Amino acid sequence: MLRLENCLIENGGFSLRANLTIARGSRVAVIGPSGAGKSTLIETLAGFRPLTKGAIHWNGSDLAGVEPGKRPVALLFQDGNLFPHLTVAQNVALGIHANLRLDQPQQAQMQAALVRVGLDSMADRKPADLSGGQQSRVALARVLVQGRDLLLLDEPFAALGPALKVEMLDLVGELVEETGATLLMVSHDPSDARRIANQVVLVADGCAHAPQPTTQLLDNPPPALKAYLG
Amino acid sequence: MKYLVIAAGILSTTAAVAEVPELTVYTYDSFVSDWGPGPAVEAAFEEVCGCDLKLVGAGDGAALLARIKLEGARSDADVVLGLDTNLTAAAKATGLFAEHSVVADYTLPVAWEDKTFAPYDWGYFSFVQNADATAPTNFKDLAASDTKIVIQDPRSSTPGLGLLMWVKAAYGDEAPAIWADLSDNVVTVTKGWSEAYGLFLEGEADMVLSYTTSPAYHLIAEEDDSKTAALFDEGHYLQVEVAGKLANSDQPELADQFLNFMVSEAFQSIIPTTNWMYPAVTPAAGLPAGFETLVQPGKSLLLTEDEAASVRDTALDEWLTALSR
Amino acid sequence: MADCAKPVSPRPGIGAAALVVALIFGTLTAVALRAEVGRGFGASDWAAVRFTLTQACLSAVLSVGLAIPVARALARRRFFGRRILITLLGAPFILPVIVAILGLLQVFGRAGWISSGLAMLGLEPVQIYGLHGVVLAHVFFNLPLATRLILQGWQEIPAERFRLAAQLGADSRAMWQLLERPMLTRIMPGALAVVFAICLSSFAVALTLGGGPRATTIELAIYQAFRFDFDLGRAALLSALQLVLTGTAALVALRVAAGEGFGTGLDRALQRWDGTGPIARLLDGMWIATAAIFLMLPLGAIVLSGLPGLTGLPVSVWAAALNSVLVAALSTVLLLLLALPMATAVALGRGGAIELAGILGLAASPLVIGTGLFIVIYPIADPFALALPVTALVNAVMALPFALRILVPRAQVVVGRYGRLALSLDMRGWSFVWRVLLPRMRPQIGFAAGLAAALSMGDLGVIALFADPEFATLPLQIYRLMGAYRMELASAAALLLLALSMAAFWILDRGGRWHAEA
Repeated sequence: MLRLENCLIENGGFSLRANLTIARGSRVAVIGPSGAGKSTLIETLAGFRPLTKGAIHWNGSDLAGVEPGKRPVALLFQDGNLFPHLTVAQNVALGIHANLRLDQPQQAQMQAALVRVGLDSMADRKPADLSGGQQSRVALARVLVQGRDLLLLDEPFAALGPALKVEMLDLVGELVEETGATLLMVSHDPSDARRIANQVVLVADGCAHAPQPTTQLLDNPPPALKAYLG
Repeated sequence: MKYLVIAAGILSTTAAVAEVPELTVYTYDSFVSDWGPGPAVEAAFEEVCGCDLKLVGAGDGAALLARIKLEGARSDADVVLGLDTNLTAAAKATGLFAEHSVVADYTLPVAWEDKTFAPYDWGYFSFVQNADATAPTNFKDLAASDTKIVIQDPRSSTPGLGLLMWVKAAYGDEAPAIWADLSDNVVTVTKGWSEAYGLFLEGEADMVLSYTTSPAYHLIAEEDDSKTAALFDEGHYLQVEVAGKLANSDQPELADQFLNFMVSEAFQSIIPTTNWMYPAVTPAAGLPAGFETLVQPGKSLLLTEDEAASVRDTALDEWLTALSR
Repeated sequence: MADCAKPVSPRPGIGAAALVVALIFGTLTAVALRAEVGRGFGASDWAAVRFTLTQACLSAVLSVGLAIPVARALARRRFFGRRILITLLGAPFILPVIVAILGLLQVFGRAGWISSGLAMLGLEPVQIYGLHGVVLAHVFFNLPLATRLILQGWQEIPAERFRLAAQLGADSRAMWQLLERPMLTRIMPGALAVVFAICLSSFAVALTLGGGPRATTIELAIYQAFRFDFDLGRAALLSALQLVLTGTAALVALRVAAGEGFGTGLDRALQRWDGTGPIARLLDGMWIATAAIFLMLPLGAIVLSGLPGLTGLPVSVWAAALNSVLVAALSTVLLLLLALPMATAVALGRGGAIELAGILGLAASPLVIGTGLFIVIYPIADPFALALPVTALVNAVMALPFALRILVPRAQVVVGRYGRLALSLDMRGWSFVWRVLLPRMRPQIGFAAGLAAALSMGDLGVIALFADPEFATLPLQIYRLMGAYRMELASAAALLLLALSMAAFWILDRGGRWHAEA
């Protein structure tokens, strides 16, 4: 269970409050107008931003002071998720061991992840030789081997075409299904939310609201969401 | 020699007396270079002394003195070789030097009575030029001509300082006027002798400040008689290069032995064709063939070390003022 | 928390900077403490300060100003021999002073090639000696360095930005507004500060080309204080003044240089779509040709005068060459050990003080550092025994400012681009350094190492004070040959030095780029 307890996040003149709980295994879309603080929320969960007030708990343990890499979190950014000088296999292997020294079972785990995302034939290529969709798959393979409880997506598929994006979302859906991870996904497209998320957190007016069932919220939007959805 | 040292090293654990004593001589860098007198001097002295002669090069004469001042009484040096009469007053003032016991029949153009420093070679400063060019006969003649010269900076070079003393010794209070007249002949001023001589050989100037013995190098080593030194009728300033023993030497006897060796035939015969200067005591066989072709100044100029020390700062100011215009 | 969220610690960099500062100020203090009562500053010292500032400002502005069009032309054009030309551009910078002076004068001197040409036409020879001669020589030394620094700035702009600009139909002028001017405002101040600092401590070049004591610089005044007056107090004072001037220049440069980078891009080969018109091509060609001729002629003169003596070089010169390679190798390792942590610390936002510490290496008088080290080391150890490490260390500190200018921008990009990704993967400390920082910075590391090796090879440095009679370096051997009238052999040894320096530079610089994607 992810619990944000009376959180206040401040960044320059901007501030965001959050007081909410997300059940384990949920698939949550984070929706809201541009600049409302969706990415800020995700970055705070990942440990890149400090809390001014409040606390974040995962399964009852406080995450304060836990470094980004030590959190139970796997995160994909909007871009720059791969190191261009490392091969596909190495980029995935980073999720297992940051110094890239893998033993036999770990090698096999990495291979399996590549097979799972359908890139086993491209293990030795560099990211620049891959298409956008393939690059996303590499990043997802790494998420898979990371085996973290929380998967945070900060619009990593924004640059992909509609069909490709749907394909990736479905792959994400399958992966969280298989691993039992909790998903938080920033999106500005309600159809993304409907496709993959069973809950939605609305971020608007300086506040991250408690999650609500997706269909219910999107069918009967409150005024703030209504304004955003148009 | 090497085996001896190694053997001594092995023996020293049992018998310290067997150790070969080491004599450390600080000198200027061009003395120790492969093309200077150093290697031959080292071999010759080690043959007779039963010691290890360690020659340490430290810049030029002035840098050598600065080095000794820095090290002070703790210095490892037993002997300092390579100061000249422009530096000996300052060297004595350090109180670091002891009197020497050298007695020799010097063939210097001047009488030598210094009890602290003994001379090992000497030469006349002069302007070197191509033999086919018309040579000015004195500084005034040079200043009146449009002959271009390259000289060294007295602040960073021994010959540069020698030239200041030369003009001062020849003209006294008239020196500033001489420098003012010369200023349009000076192509440029270099940091050291090597740069100046290099510029001259490249044709940047008609003349370069060097020594009357410089043409001997070209004649003897390169069989090239195209260089000559201009003879100035007001006389030529002498550079006498000297060595002295340090009071705190841990090898005082060996140091004395070295200074005496320095004025002996073995050392003196090495000097002319390695240091390209006149030996302080002409060897029995005379000077090498070729030296007889060098110009002989009619008059030798040399300020005493005290005069040199007292006019130094004034002379530098006059020079700076005249050439900075 | 945000503050501690860094993939590597800035502490080693801060430590390295502290070491450099301790070396520079420690030696200065050691010299000052040994001083007896001196005569303080005189009118001539202030004249030296004025002249030094004038020539250093002029030289910096001209070197960097001319480097901009040359670098731009080199960034836009691809032609046969471009790589070789860029490597050769490094040559003037690494020549021993005396060799460079003789090379320059063979071209621009009274009896030089240009004057001889003019004489055949019945014209007066070029008048090279004077302030303009000093500036000309300094531009000869520093134009290549400035060009390389600025060219690197051009290459730091991701290919995506050029594509975007091209897509927007940007012509040369728009390209300038959109990409090039912002890049230059970031790169130029640092380049100006570095060239200014180099020229500030110039001595033999300024004196010789300046035509006499009019061209007295602070460094010459320091030299005079040491060996003519043995006034250590004044030497320390002058050296401190030199440090203050350089420090001020560096601070101003760092203030001005602040600006945004260009964000992330994938490593795509740089291709440009602007400047394809005939006039732009012609102008670029002219700039490249002019710079190449200006820089290559004196080098050509050095090569020509060195060739005849090359076969006659004695064993001792080859031995000295080996020593120089050894010093250069050690010095390069030391440099990287200092520069990489420092560049990383700057990239982590610990800028100001560390960058300042880095540039001071240029301002510190080698004579003062050497003497200071001597004063410190002499009572506890044999200076001769330490000749190699001391020379290597001082050379490394002198090369540090260049290395930082090369490494810092790239380190900032790497940390900015991959820092958070690495952190989210729990990749920190050594694994970040080995897996991300070093591989991403390889071309810059190669360039910096090449420059350091070449610089160290050509530097006479502090060897004079620590000279072990058995351990002569090649530059020292060149001076010895000249001091013994062996000008032809000296020229040949200089050619050997030039070749060795260029080879070291080429190998390291190429090594950095080998199979690198950037």
